[in-house]
Amino acid sequence: MTEAITTHDHPPAGIMRWLTATNHKDLGILYMSFGGLMFFIGGAFIMAVRAELLLPGLQLLSPGMYNQLFTLHALIMVFGAIMPFATGLNNYLIPLMIGAPDMALPRVNNWGFWILPFAAVLLLIPFFLQFFGIGSGASAAGWVMHNTSLDLQSGIGMDFAIFTIHLLGLSSLTGAINVVVTVLNMRAPGMTLMKMPLFVWAWLITAFMLILVIPVFSAAATMLLTDRHFGTHFFDAANGGDPILLQHLIWFFGHPEVYIVLLPAWGLIPHILATFSRKPVYGYRAQVYALWAICFLSFLVWSHHMLTSGLPLAAEVYFMYATMAISIPTSVLVFCWLGAIWRGAMTFETPMLFALGFVAHFGMGALTGMILPDVAVNAQYHNSYVIVSHFHYTFFGGGIFGMMAALYYWLPKFTGRMFDEKLGRLHFWLTVIFFNMTFIPQWFAGLDGMPRHIADYALRFSAMNFISSLGAFLLGLSQLLLVYIVVKCVRNGPKATGQVWEGAQGLEFTLPSPPPYHTFETPPLVK
Amino acid sequence: MKLIDAAIHDESVIKKRSIRLFCCSRRDGAASFRETGPIRKQLPLWFGMVFLLFVSGLACAQSIWDFQEPVTPVARDSITASVDFMRIIMGIYAAVFAIFAYSIFKHRKSSGARPGAFTGPGTKWQWALAISPFLLLIYIDYIWMGIPAFHAIAQMEDTRTAAEMVVKVTASQWKWQYEYPEENIKFVSTIATTQDQIHNRAAKGEHYLQEVDNPLILPTNKKIRILLTSTDVIHSWWVPSFGVKRDAVPGYLREMWVNIEKPGIYRGQCAQLCGSGHAFMPIVVEAMAEPQFKEWLAQKKAQGAAAESAAGKAWSREELMAKGDEIYNRICIACHQAGGAGLPGAFPALAGSKIVNGPFLDKDGRLIKDGHLDRVMNGKAGTAMQAFKNTFSDVEIAAIVTYERNSFGNHMGDMVQPAQVKALR
Repeated sequence: MTEAITTHDHPPAGIMRWLTATNHKDLGILYMSFGGLMFFIGGAFIMAVRAELLLPGLQLLSPGMYNQLFTLHALIMVFGAIMPFATGLNNYLIPLMIGAPDMALPRVNNWGFWILPFAAVLLLIPFFLQFFGIGSGASAAGWVMHNTSLDLQSGIGMDFAIFTIHLLGLSSLTGAINVVVTVLNMRAPGMTLMKMPLFVWAWLITAFMLILVIPVFSAAATMLLTDRHFGTHFFDAANGGDPILLQHLIWFFGHPEVYIVLLPAWGLIPHILATFSRKPVYGYRAQVYALWAICFLSFLVWSHHMLTSGLPLAAEVYFMYATMAISIPTSVLVFCWLGAIWRGAMTFETPMLFALGFVAHFGMGALTGMILPDVAVNAQYHNSYVIVSHFHYTFFGGGIFGMMAALYYWLPKFTGRMFDEKLGRLHFWLTVIFFNMTFIPQWFAGLDGMPRHIADYALRFSAMNFISSLGAFLLGLSQLLLVYIVVKCVRNGPKATGQVWEGAQGLEFTLPSPPPYHTFETPPLVK
Repeated sequence: MKLIDAAIHDESVIKKRSIRLFCCSRRDGAASFRETGPIRKQLPLWFGMVFLLFVSGLACAQSIWDFQEPVTPVARDSITASVDFMRIIMGIYAAVFAIFAYSIFKHRKSSGARPGAFTGPGTKWQWALAISPFLLLIYIDYIWMGIPAFHAIAQMEDTRTAAEMVVKVTASQWKWQYEYPEENIKFVSTIATTQDQIHNRAAKGEHYLQEVDNPLILPTNKKIRILLTSTDVIHSWWVPSFGVKRDAVPGYLREMWVNIEKPGIYRGQCAQLCGSGHAFMPIVVEAMAEPQFKEWLAQKKAQGAAAESAAGKAWSREELMAKGDEIYNRICIACHQAGGAGLPGAFPALAGSKIVNGPFLDKDGRLIKDGHLDRVMNGKAGTAMQAFKNTFSDVEIAAIVTYERNSFGNHMGDMVQPAQVKALR
């Protein structure tokens, strides 16, 4: 770094630094901290849900409260925790990885972030208002709100949720546009598209997906709002509207959304596997094409979420075969992850453990996903705990494990300090054991016929729920260890080198740790 | 299956079952232990352990935990497909992660491995290895499992060919109405589990939350076409033993079919989040041989005729109050709560309510719009308060309105006769 750069290294002090932040690293930290905070709030909600499900009978919650809690859990985890955390990673890392001085649109970037806390507050306001006798609580209609008439019946919580969706959509759009503009315009000389790190590729594709589907979701939410308050009848069957139309619109958003959550993780896993195997990335081109293929297919399969809603036979057959096709590009990714570690010289630091844990658990989520599109079998699986188990293997086993791997991998880069490796490994093993203890029993409860979203269950499901709840409590508790590890690392971890990990590749590791406030003001030359 | 069927309502049994799960996992885990030698401080060993625990957990599914007993052709097909698919994915998982495990053990820095520098398949052999998984997947997806799946869907969706009987199911929050259009019989089926049992004030019965007052009665060995619709929100009719699940969508008539091959009682419940009573909307089907079914039909028809004549006679206040009390505690209580207290913000109270304590007929004997009787008969659009004239008999409507006007501290002193309701329909 030259003299000229360091003289600019004086952001405003105190809170103003964060409120007026336009620096991509500051915003990255803000996004990630917000995602982390929401991870624990969303987790707290589900602890209450699992406590209610520990034993048959209603012990703690009314069914209405129960429905609010799992709805909030899902909305917060998907839109509040995983997506903002992944956005934080892209903010911090994309400019470093492509040799750009900052994101292309720094002020839009600031706006995009500062919408989020307000959106979260908006979502939670009705939940707390109910304790003062105002309104009927937060939205209780599930995170995709796809039971249309139930949405129309709901109280103010639904309106708050709709406005939250608008705000979150705005935030995601600004973030996505920023990624596209940055990646397409600000790469260092010599950094051609096919030389970009896979994480950047994955985020570029994610950004395109967001730009395509967020307007659909916002439009559906707006139509729901006008149905509720302004006398339109898009979805209201009693007045000639179509309740299934809302399901189509929402799942047209909702299925790509699954990949929006997963693609950033798929992008960063090869980095970590390559680093700790001390090998170059395996099958780079194949992975880029596979990510594009998954992006393309994800727009063509939405109705596999509606296979029991009474689609015509032709549509059922089409959505079954189209969904099965996704297993092919996905298997390209898994094959490349295997290639990445094959004949490497592996070491097993915490990020590597989480990356391998990601592969093992996401693999299970992906394989169970191969069964689900079979329409005849789906009739049995749909809306049962089988689905709950399956998508937690993808969202937690894939999304969260991926984010954890990324956090441990780049934390020394962000903070300039190493974390406690022993505690990190402990955190990994606790997470693996209790994650499986939580979600394996749910699969069997589902096979046995337990539907989702129920506040109380028949006695035949008792044992599975008992184990699952215990697992969930321990899983929740063991995540507190992560807070301790991060705080300990930031406070007094030993100094990290610029390279951090022995085998680490990429432009971000050519910088000191933590990187200076402004980086790559003179773009590096990439060979 | 027996293990699952046994009622489990005390913790000791729960413990026994959970121990069984762990035993089953430990057995396989221990086996893997011996193969890989004594425990060293090697994390990948643990990694493999957890993986085996996971696989063995799923393997148990084949023997202990699985679908409920299938009793229709569709259910048998889907359990076969599910088990086959499960074996295939477990096979793929085991194969892929055996390679991962091998690599994790062999290619470690600590055992002196030197990293390769390849970035893709190099030799012909490697290319073949890289392509083969996709060919295998295409074969599994579109031929091995794909073709039987197509036939299974075609069979599942063929609701009309050779259908011998029609039953119409109308869902509403939180009950099912069953109708036999050819026999002119219809009745409502609601949960029989008491609030005391749900709130842990009374012991839970064997079929806790999966018991109803009036089960759906169906004949065995007959192709029965089931039509589904809903009066309010989307519900979903699911009996696991039948292998079919279909949403009941307001404004649409959906259909499916069952052919029950074995007499018995089959239990299921609503599978679509439909509001605060979602967990309390069970389905019980009693399948019986044709002669018994015919007998039941005749009995039900006789009851219907009796009810018809009952609507004609004048009812005393005590009779109406007693019947109203029973209906309130079975149905209305789900929203309006015990003592008519309601749930602030969600469901209005009936105690002291302006509607309940107001007039319900005008001076010409017509319904007053939004009066008490109008609200019960025609419901309120956009809320969980539905038009009960569709599901309640004249006697039931008269009883519930009379009951509400003279309970929870409401002292209207008046009453409604079934004959009045009949005239107002």
